[in-house]
Amino acid sequence: MLYIKCPYCGLRAQKEFSYGGDATVKRPNINEEVSSEDWDNFVYMRKSPRGKHIELWQHIAGCRQWIKVQRDTATHEIFQTAKVTEEIR
Amino acid sequence: MSQPFRLNKVGLINRNKKISFTFNGKKLFGYEGDTIASALIANGIHLVGRSFKYHRPRGFFGAGVEEPNAKLQVEFNGHSEPNVNATEMELVEGLSATSQNCWPSVNFDIGAINNFLKMFFPAGFYYKTFMWPKSFWYKIYEPFIRKAAGLGVASIEKDKERYEHKFEYCDLLVTGSGPSGLASAYAAAKNGAKVILAEDKPRFGGTLLTDDVSIDNLSGKDWAEKIITELKSMPNVTVKNRSQVFGYYDHNMLVMFERVSDHLEKKSKFTPRQRLWYIRAKETILSTGSIERPIVFGNNDTPGIFLSAAAKEYMKVYGVLVGKKPLIFTNNDSAYETALEFKKNNVEPIILDTREEHSSELIDEAKSKGIDIRFSHGVIVANGYKKVKSAKIGKLNKDKNSFEKIETVDCDCICVSGFWTPSVHLASQSGNKLKYEEKIDAFIPDKKKQHETSVGAANGSFTLEESLKHGFENGSNLSAKIKETKTEISIPNVNEKKYGAHDKFWCMPLPKNENPKRFVDFQNDVSVSDIEIALREGYRSIEHVKRYTTLGMATDQGRTSNLNGLQLVSNIENKIVPEVGHTTFRPPFTPITIGTIVGREVGMEYMPTRKTPMHEWHEKNNAVFVDAGAWKRPRYYKQGNETLFEASKREAKNVRENVGICDVTTLGKIDIKGPDAAEFLNRVYTNAWMKLPVGKARYGLMLREDGIVMDDGTTTRISENHYHMTTTTAQAANVLSHLEYYLQIVWPELNVNVVSTTEQWAGAAIAGPKSRDMLSKLYPDLEVSNEALPFMGYKEAEFFGVPSRIFRISFSGELAYEINIKSDHGLFMWEKMMEVGKEFGNQPYGTEALSTLRIEMGHVAGPELDGRTIPSDVSLNGLVSKKKDFIGKNSLGREAFNVESRQKIVGLIPIDRKSSIPEGSHIVQDQNAKLPNPKLGHVSSSCWSVENNNPFSLAIMKDGKNMIGKKFFAVSPLKNKSIEVEVISSHYVDPEGKRVRS
Ligand SMILES: [Zn+2]
Repeated sequence: MLYIKCPYCGLRAQKEFSYGGDATVKRPNINEEVSSEDWDNFVYMRKSPRGKHIELWQHIAGCRQWIKVQRDTATHEIFQTAKVTEEIR
Repeated sequence: MSQPFRLNKVGLINRNKKISFTFNGKKLFGYEGDTIASALIANGIHLVGRSFKYHRPRGFFGAGVEEPNAKLQVEFNGHSEPNVNATEMELVEGLSATSQNCWPSVNFDIGAINNFLKMFFPAGFYYKTFMWPKSFWYKIYEPFIRKAAGLGVASIEKDKERYEHKFEYCDLLVTGSGPSGLASAYAAAKNGAKVILAEDKPRFGGTLLTDDVSIDNLSGKDWAEKIITELKSMPNVTVKNRSQVFGYYDHNMLVMFERVSDHLEKKSKFTPRQRLWYIRAKETILSTGSIERPIVFGNNDTPGIFLSAAAKEYMKVYGVLVGKKPLIFTNNDSAYETALEFKKNNVEPIILDTREEHSSELIDEAKSKGIDIRFSHGVIVANGYKKVKSAKIGKLNKDKNSFEKIETVDCDCICVSGFWTPSVHLASQSGNKLKYEEKIDAFIPDKKKQHETSVGAANGSFTLEESLKHGFENGSNLSAKIKETKTEISIPNVNEKKYGAHDKFWCMPLPKNENPKRFVDFQNDVSVSDIEIALREGYRSIEHVKRYTTLGMATDQGRTSNLNGLQLVSNIENKIVPEVGHTTFRPPFTPITIGTIVGREVGMEYMPTRKTPMHEWHEKNNAVFVDAGAWKRPRYYKQGNETLFEASKREAKNVRENVGICDVTTLGKIDIKGPDAAEFLNRVYTNAWMKLPVGKARYGLMLREDGIVMDDGTTTRISENHYHMTTTTAQAANVLSHLEYYLQIVWPELNVNVVSTTEQWAGAAIAGPKSRDMLSKLYPDLEVSNEALPFMGYKEAEFFGVPSRIFRISFSGELAYEINIKSDHGLFMWEKMMEVGKEFGNQPYGTEALSTLRIEMGHVAGPELDGRTIPSDVSLNGLVSKKKDFIGKNSLGREAFNVESRQKIVGLIPIDRKSSIPEGSHIVQDQNAKLPNPKLGHVSSSCWSVENNNPFSLAIMKDGKNMIGKKFFAVSPLKNKSIEVEVISSHYVDPEGKRVRS
């Protein structure tokens, strides 16, 4: 079970969180034209890297905030967590 | 009663307390502190089971967790447990143990014929023998294998025991209380660290209990006791015996299995049997020690053959002799300690040492005590079927591949030592890749992946001095790093015997024309020749060899067999062991009970039960409940001998004719507040929300970004910047997360807050033509006319003095209202409604009637919104705005969503107007067509239309409305039904929706 540092609540067990997928995907702006290709990329296309991955988790059994987690998909090592408004590099 | 193999006065058992038990029906006794194994051996019993494949007689081999053979069916404390390790289970009064895998008895086992038919059971025999013909598998092979091979029998009784889970956090977890573990725990504790010390066995001390050593002028045992006593007195230390750390998971979470009360004769009602600990440790010390490995020789599985250290442990801990005429067969010095222990107890051993004559501290001591030592010697084959009687021994030539002399010596046990294998399981589980250590012919931990440090024998250090030093240093340094203080500890003086070098020898050759079985893996009956066959047949990877031969795949995880198997593969392949590599270690290290994994999550505690405030009333009024997620909802209210069908028909009919009330508390409710709330709803829902006036409700549809319908419900504008959203019961949690996602991540610029209020409001729907009359009685001061409170209107008013919310919304398709009141007043509201509603013929209705009402109206719900449908599939395209953007809009243009033949919602009625159509039926053109019969759609929801008094169903069907008027078959192979149906509109009752507006 992963040990995830919520930027609001601190270190908490994985069972308090739910997974939310790739955090680097950006939704096309609302009320703006978007090409089919860009839209399809947004809805369907995800990288599945072996290694570092920035992803979203929601602290559902805690503060209910969505957070960013940079995790190694092979080893589960977590390098950094951040609020969604913060950047992970 | 005498115990012929019990020593006088030796051992750590409590001789003042006799414990009686039975083994295969025979009454026996042992002492408090015995294991089943030590008590049986004390009674001279060695034959405990039959082997898995060949049903060969098997006896005890080890004295603890390494035991491959002695798995028993054990009954105690009123329950029966299979596969209990006899070398670990402590004796308790009244325990009854029986052998497994033998029929009719362990002494006469019919399956033993397999031993004489072994040509039929070579490596991969499952794959080869039982593959053909296919039809034989279920009827003949599988039942046969099950009966012949099965290990113990799982109980079918409900487990009455209590199991617990515990979560713990610490600075340092120490796994194993041998010298290095004690030293680590002690040093860390002195630095003030929060320490958990876990010991698998009942007694602390590990090898200190059996090795002839002294520390600071105390015997190993006394020193261990002193340290443990001090640790127990420290508030920052938790010391646990009978506790096996069996799994090393991510982020330094380790899981431990504690045997809390199996060894107790009496326990209180609430004492758990076993406890599972989830321990999050900042640092972990792996002081798991090492396990002796055997040397492979002919018939090395005969009862009476032991690991040499186990024989010593039986003497020193349990005061039990494994035999009175022992042969000690070794390639190293450690077995000499066993020989000396025998000698001390007046038993004359013979030592067979594969090494050439040489000298060391231990060899010299054995010589000086007059022990018969034969260098360059080994056991070729053990003689005796159910017990060792003698052994054919041989003097090895210089190359150790043939014999200079062969003779037979009498013996009643053989104690074998092929050197030591560090227990690296936990290190490996943590992600540590392990490296091969030439010096000890075994793997030890390599570079760390997590916060683990292996010390002592687990790290390949086999001297006490080194283990202690290693333990103190690591315990001190790791805790100093965490606590930022350091207490100096002087490392104690150690007195131990110096060992000479071991012999890299692991398997005895066979003389010409002799071919006894030489087992590598006892528990799975894998012999040298099986591995040879696998390699001859082309299996190269050690992982493939493992699966094909089942080497190391038994419950003992190959603790005594893995390295010998690797040696064999590397010999045949002419590779060195590290090139062959090792197989993966996986948790659990030892088998654990299902009960422990489940813990308290059984029965009522399996999941939380959510009850509405009106639950008590429903119960009193014969409600039959149905689970809706964690909620309990009344499915129908049973009157007399009514069936579900009759009751739901009555309830639904009463709504259509009079009025009914339904508990709708379970609907998801979300409060939405903020100046941008309207804009937010406008983006979330497919329809327009900017112009909804205060005091009005609107039906809304929300999509996922891929265009699929996510949920539907009504949202009401309570005040300028305040909305009340309802969701379906099932989607409540998902919708809230969905809204939070968009507010926090996608559109943080929107000033909106959302919070779940599901638990805060109790809800009741009043539906039926007489609902307005009933409402006016409930709210005598309120104007409830169609003009004052029109369809989709909203009002706040006092319900007999309690503030409440009135929504004019309808799920049933009738004139209907939903009243929300603070949860505390839910029951009051419901009872008042029942009282006031009497004169209007009001009756409560459950979810079954609710379904009937919505189905015949053509209202879609979960079965139609099944994660595959877009709005136009379910005739909701009228709610999809063309003017504005919303979540999922761009996906609706996808080609596949817009083909004419797409499956869409229709209604179905049976041609005979009588036969109910099972939900899930497939719609086909020709019921007799050859399979696979092309499927045109499926039946999503079915009911008995109370309006038209015949069955009616909703279906999702190819070409949708174009099919209206055509006839098909709804077939349900599951129910063995085929019903001819006609396609009609999905709006079967009141298609214009007049009633809700009336
Ligand atoms: Zn949090």
